[in-house]
Amino acid sequence: MQRTRYGLAWIRARAAWLALGLLALPMAPMHALAEAPVVKLATLDYGLKARALADGVYVVEGANDDFTPANGCNIINTGFITTGAGVLVINTGPSKRYGEQLRALIARTTAEPVVQVLHLNLHPDYFLGNQAFADVPRSATPVTRAGMQREAKSYEDNLYRLCGDWMKGTESLLPSQSIGPGPLRIGQREFELREYQGHTDSDLVLIDRSSGVAFVGGLVFASRIPTTPHAEPKAWLRALDALPMARMTQVVPSHGPVHAGAQGQQQTKAYVAWMDEHFTRWAQSGWEMNEVLRAPVPDNFRRWAGWPAEYTRNVAHLYPRYERAALQGPKQP
Amino acid sequence: MNRRALMSWASAAWAAPLWVRDALAAADEFDGDPYKSYQWAELRKEFLGPKPRVVFDARVRVLGPAFAEDPMNVPITIATDLPGVQRMMVLVDRNPIRKVLELQPMAAQPSVSFRFKLEQASPVRALALTADGVWHVGGTWVDSAGGGCTVAGGTRADGSWSQTLGQVSGRLYSAAPGAAEAGARLRLRVMHPMDTGLVNGIPAFHLTRLSVRDAGDRELLRLQTFEPVSENPVLSFEFAKPPPGPLRIVGVDNNGNRIDSKVE
Repeated sequence: MQRTRYGLAWIRARAAWLALGLLALPMAPMHALAEAPVVKLATLDYGLKARALADGVYVVEGANDDFTPANGCNIINTGFITTGAGVLVINTGPSKRYGEQLRALIARTTAEPVVQVLHLNLHPDYFLGNQAFADVPRSATPVTRAGMQREAKSYEDNLYRLCGDWMKGTESLLPSQSIGPGPLRIGQREFELREYQGHTDSDLVLIDRSSGVAFVGGLVFASRIPTTPHAEPKAWLRALDALPMARMTQVVPSHGPVHAGAQGQQQTKAYVAWMDEHFTRWAQSGWEMNEVLRAPVPDNFRRWAGWPAEYTRNVAHLYPRYERAALQGPKQP
Repeated sequence: MNRRALMSWASAAWAAPLWVRDALAAADEFDGDPYKSYQWAELRKEFLGPKPRVVFDARVRVLGPAFAEDPMNVPITIATDLPGVQRMMVLVDRNPIRKVLELQPMAAQPSVSFRFKLEQASPVRALALTADGVWHVGGTWVDSAGGGCTVAGGTRADGSWSQTLGQVSGRLYSAAPGAAEAGARLRLRVMHPMDTGLVNGIPAFHLTRLSVRDAGDRELLRLQTFEPVSENPVLSFEFAKPPPGPLRIVGVDNNGNRIDSKVE
């Protein structure tokens, strides 16, 4: 009986695969222009490097991987931008040590002082480096600030467990001020800040008007299984459709390679839509979570970084909601 | 075959049935436990009584995730093809409360899916008692971030549990067309905080018994649930053919609150 069911699950999911194959867009391979940083475990050196994407616009790239001590738990792309009136820092990384090394890197790269930090969402590697930026204003949306306050303790515990020594001395230092969507002017730079929902309850996107470089935070994952601890798939799909891709010359996702064009947006959309559609169908067919965990996932997704652990997390985060909807049925709201 | 007879058989290992020989061959300090767990001997003593007949048996399948992303809700499916299963028990070696549930399949298949609270990385075992009095033990290993049993549940945190206590939502799924067997699966969600009693200031408060009855009031299966079962339990049961509905779900918690609900 059990075996038959799994067999059935396999066949159903295979049929779904075919459907996806027909819809999938041909996608050029994404060129990673930079390699993962060279990490020195013995000295806890992240090996951070600043890469200029445009005049005064820098990305500091992490590994496109999962949190492990081997990569220093540095899987995020942070950034900084000179303005003529000081440096704007975008996200501060996973630890105190990262924050310090990022600040030192900025000092090596430009003579301008750091004048502001911006957090694009509430996730731990967006703000656990804040101790190194205690002397500058740190901005996030009100929703993100509330979320960080709620989750900070469990983030610290979890990253200490996963990353060990890299986290030494790290304590969460929360943002100091609120910021909303709209134009943001610092020195000679004009930025556009846009707020969306879907990856989290508040996802900021920063576009540098003059260069067109866009820091899209967690809304776009490039060649990496999206993370979903605070995700709302349908809202996320709407946000991806609303992103002004045409205005972005280069897209800096928080996870995965920097790229031009809509490839990352399309990848994220394909994955989130696939999950939404299949989780709905599987829940309506009475599938158990263990069947969903073992369901065949399209090959193109399985080649991305973060597979398979991130899919296990996706199922844990999201499938119970689809189940609830299916079990409550049409009668009860 | 009584226990004395069994023991003398075992001493003549060459003539012993296969499972007895396996048990003898595996007589190490872990009694052949594939997970080499120091808790196993204690578990066996506590839950199976003195001198139980036990065999580690891959035919008792336990499916879980490789790691517990949400240690408050670790999904487990247990199932076996063994005939004549009387009872199935789920034990977790390294949980502070180690018994999760016990199923009497009766007219249902020897299988149940559920979620439970995992305190730390541990073997998760299913023990199936067959008609010959032998416990067949299967398991899986689940890694954990920790903290499942000593963290309060969501409805306890927001206080909403009292408005939904005992509500049941469920559906009976028939196998899709083309399936070799005309089986059926019952999925249930029962609203209950399932407090373990290990969180400071919140006494143990959990469902203790659930049973499923068919339209003719025949009892189809009986389930005992313990503290580690997750908040608002989601359960699946399997049937060889669809039972005549509407099904009635009856149960009780350790405070005497009754569950009585129908699934069409």
